[in-house]
Amino acid sequence: MPTLYEQLGGEPAVQELTERFYRKMLADDRVSDFFDDIDMDRQLAKQKAFLTMVTGGPNHYTGKDMRTAHAHLLQRGLNDSHVDVVVHYLGETLEELGAPAEAVATVRAAANSLRDDVLGRR
Amino acid sequence: MTVLRLKSETIPVTAGQSVLDALLAHGVAVPNSCRSGVCQSCLMRLEDPSVEIPAAAQAGLKVSLRVQGYFLACSWQPTADLAVALPGEGLDFHTTVLANEDLGAAVRRVRLAVPEGFVWRAGQFLTLLRNDGLARSYSIASRPEDGWLELHVRRIPGGAMSGWLHDVVQPGDAMTVRGPFGECFYTTGRGEDTLLLAGTGTGLAPLLGVLREALAQGHAGPIRLFHGAVSAAGLYLRDELASLCARHANVRVQPVVLHAEGACDECVVGALDEVLLSAAPSDWRTARAWLCGDPMLVARMRKRLFMAGLSNRSIFADPFVPSAPA
Repeated sequence: MPTLYEQLGGEPAVQELTERFYRKMLADDRVSDFFDDIDMDRQLAKQKAFLTMVTGGPNHYTGKDMRTAHAHLLQRGLNDSHVDVVVHYLGETLEELGAPAEAVATVRAAANSLRDDVLGRR
Repeated sequence: MTVLRLKSETIPVTAGQSVLDALLAHGVAVPNSCRSGVCQSCLMRLEDPSVEIPAAAQAGLKVSLRVQGYFLACSWQPTADLAVALPGEGLDFHTTVLANEDLGAAVRRVRLAVPEGFVWRAGQFLTLLRNDGLARSYSIASRPEDGWLELHVRRIPGGAMSGWLHDVVQPGDAMTVRGPFGECFYTTGRGEDTLLLAGTGTGLAPLLGVLREALAQGHAGPIRLFHGAVSAAGLYLRDELASLCARHANVRVQPVVLHAEGACDECVVGALDEVLLSAAPSDWRTARAWLCGDPMLVARMRKRLFMAGLSNRSIFADPFVPSAPA
């Protein structure tokens, strides 16, 4: 059974997914401040690695990466409401790119499973 | 036995081992993260341009990096010997000053002889080194076919290197350059694309490099150059740009100034990012943008173009980061 990564069209499709997803995040005042002063190239590369992972593409991403990457944002008020926004836009973007409903649900669940890592909880 | 050569070291690679794993096993500190060809942390450069790089080792890289021989060390299991380098590792080249000319607007055009073995693309930058070790970066406005390196040097108040280049340096003086670096250059293919070039001050130098190369390659699509300054007194090379426009129907040059006072007849008054966005093409998929100069403005233009629909992969930015105070 092909992964969603393969179904969507592999690397070029995940690049498109990443850019669309990032545009939504940057346009939303609830989360856009977290991306101030950030190098867009690097941020997109990280988000692409994340989206590659949650769509079942090749990766070695671990919860430890997520924990380390977001630790400094906790002091800036990162909380569950922001993770909700991420999960929402992730699903919305996947739907736009024609991902089947089941696959979208799986990805949402995968993203949600990282919530404790992102928010630095045990 | 397959080996990697990195500077003076020779490092063995076992069958099926990646370049990254071989280097790490040998104690070479190569930045890395995902090890899956995604995060691009382990970017390295192949020294020998005749060796073919497997597609998997360049997946997801910008064209500008691919054509320079950059690859992802985690995604290449070499079966033949390779000479590799960490990104940014360059050699120093010795050269001499050919000309040093006043362009107005506190800018001088410094032309340097092309050192043997120095390979660049118009729009990339180099680091100029003085004998005492003082180093500053300048963009290259000329093409290799021009036969010289053309730099635009703005006098920075109290600037050690720019003051020296403006007041002291004469044709015939010896210099050292290191590089080239950067991704701000024209790549062939998609010759019908709309090219947006925007920059402030001597950000014109790399943009001129991109423009000259695009024209030399026969780029047929529209090319829009936006040169920004605080006032018209900060603009330079206007005659040269006007003559480029006169010779090429697809090129338009728009001077943009912040203050209405002292604006030229052709000047648009406003913020460069606003003027740039107002020139949005009808289809972002067939557009590319080069953004150079003031870092804050470059970041703002980059974000606005991206938000408007231009792919990050079609945006080539070269923020001019000032040197740290001594």
